[in-house]
Amino acid sequence: MADLRVNIAGVPFENPLIAASGTFGFGHEYQEFYPLSTLGGISCKGITLKERPGNPPPRIAEAPGGMLNAVGLQNPGVDHFIEHDLPWLKQQGTVVIANIAGNTPEDYCAMAEKLSDTDVDMIELNISCPNVKQGGVQFGTSCAGVGGITEAVRKYCKKPLMVKLSPNVADIGEIAAAAEAAGADAISMINTLTGMRIDIRTRRPIIRNNTGGMSGPALLPVAVRMVWQASQRVKIPIVGMGGISKWEDAVEMLLAGASALQIGTVFFTDPYAPVKILDGLNRYLDERNIKSVTELTGGIQPW
Amino acid sequence: MKYDVKPCRILYKREIAQGIFDFLLDAEDFAKAAKPGQFVHILVPGKTLRRPISICDIDAEAGTLRIVFQIRGEGTEILSQMKIGDHMDVLAPLGNGFDLGDTNRKALFVGGGIGVPPLLGAAKKFGKNATVAVGFRNKETAILEADFARAGCRVFVATDDGSMGHHGLVIDCAKDVEADVIFACGPTPMLKAVCELAKERGIPCQISLEERMACGIGACLGCATPLLREDGTQYFGHVCKDGPVFDYTKVVL
Repeated sequence: MADLRVNIAGVPFENPLIAASGTFGFGHEYQEFYPLSTLGGISCKGITLKERPGNPPPRIAEAPGGMLNAVGLQNPGVDHFIEHDLPWLKQQGTVVIANIAGNTPEDYCAMAEKLSDTDVDMIELNISCPNVKQGGVQFGTSCAGVGGITEAVRKYCKKPLMVKLSPNVADIGEIAAAAEAAGADAISMINTLTGMRIDIRTRRPIIRNNTGGMSGPALLPVAVRMVWQASQRVKIPIVGMGGISKWEDAVEMLLAGASALQIGTVFFTDPYAPVKILDGLNRYLDERNIKSVTELTGGIQPW
Repeated sequence: MKYDVKPCRILYKREIAQGIFDFLLDAEDFAKAAKPGQFVHILVPGKTLRRPISICDIDAEAGTLRIVFQIRGEGTEILSQMKIGDHMDVLAPLGNGFDLGDTNRKALFVGGGIGVPPLLGAAKKFGKNATVAVGFRNKETAILEADFARAGCRVFVATDDGSMGHHGLVIDCAKDVEADVIFACGPTPMLKAVCELAKERGIPCQISLEERMACGIGACLGCATPLLREDGTQYFGHVCKDGPVFDYTKVVL
């Protein structure tokens, strides 16, 4: 059995699979299937300074090779998370990552400061949510935006800081470099691609927010390409995500340059996906006599 | 087991009306655990999202679940083409189900169209104490009325075109029925009329709702529906975890 342990920004993970924010809540629902320690880590549902009601329904639509969502960051707020979810999560034997989103830089800083005094393992800066009117992705689509918010939060954040990047940009390498230069300890990528579906009978968008974030298997090649491009621009570790649904996809993402992985939409198709992906990954490594999963990172041999 | 994913063999399948399919699944564990009004979340081969389908009937002894669903799009179309002997990949049992309470009470069940199937399992528990009013577009789309009758329930059928039973709305059949409690599932205008009736009578009423859904277990927050707090303010609850069955005083239709 190969060594699946990875280390991201000083945080040790038992294996490279992390549940992606927004797909896994705060973990309670999935522990019915397996212990949460099955996963290397959990990136919790995105939280905001104050409770958010989320967007009106419908929030979900099927799409070829995936789905759209516009949940709109419905969450009980950072204080509720710290008081009610974090203590339980910390007992589950997995890395706990708080995903934070805000309307203003001050929101992000205030949350980073609060969370720095807790025993959360890592903070993921969500500057790529396409489904909220203010903030979110507006910080994530320009180098100045990414650099500015990362630098501001860095001052208040005593935890390892991971910046989650949006794919809705012209040059992902530039954006990744801006995050690194501003003090990010790691980057996670990619968030959803903005998409839209229309009901041809009613001529209405299926999602009440009109647009939503596209996720699912169709994103894999886009995500692999972007992780590869970013990996050539930064030295900090990259947590790769976007369309991973099988162990082969996981290997591909690691070879492209990811040091760890997040999976999300595949939970909806198959709640047991992480168990199957880890099995496959293990077999792949053993068959090739590769001692550690870390040896795969950046192992691509480009033409 | 609260819920789990298991392959369930299709034991029986029939198209009981145009585009409406009746499947019987070999699902021993689920049949033991499930309650009327809960739902199953079925993997559609080749699709990302499962399809939530209400449980029509449960036979704990035989270890079977019955589901009746209508082709609404690509996903349900693919499911409808599965054959006897095939296995469906089922996540179940999900949601809260109906709170039946004392089945010696007189219960009124009101269903419209594809909202009728989720009522069968619950109505059977009430047997002759149940009066069932079901409405359809026409005779060709009428389903399950014989199943309710076989369970001993008193059955009224209404159709939009008068081709079967009462010519008009299902609520017309329901409004003079003596009842201590109401259970309902169907289109929003019908549910509004049912809630109005419950309010007039001052009797409890539970309604089953649907919404586009992803995880089915309360993690993704996709299937939001507006609900009322005690103080009358609104918030978004979720059909999969808080429902699909709701106390009518808590919903915003």
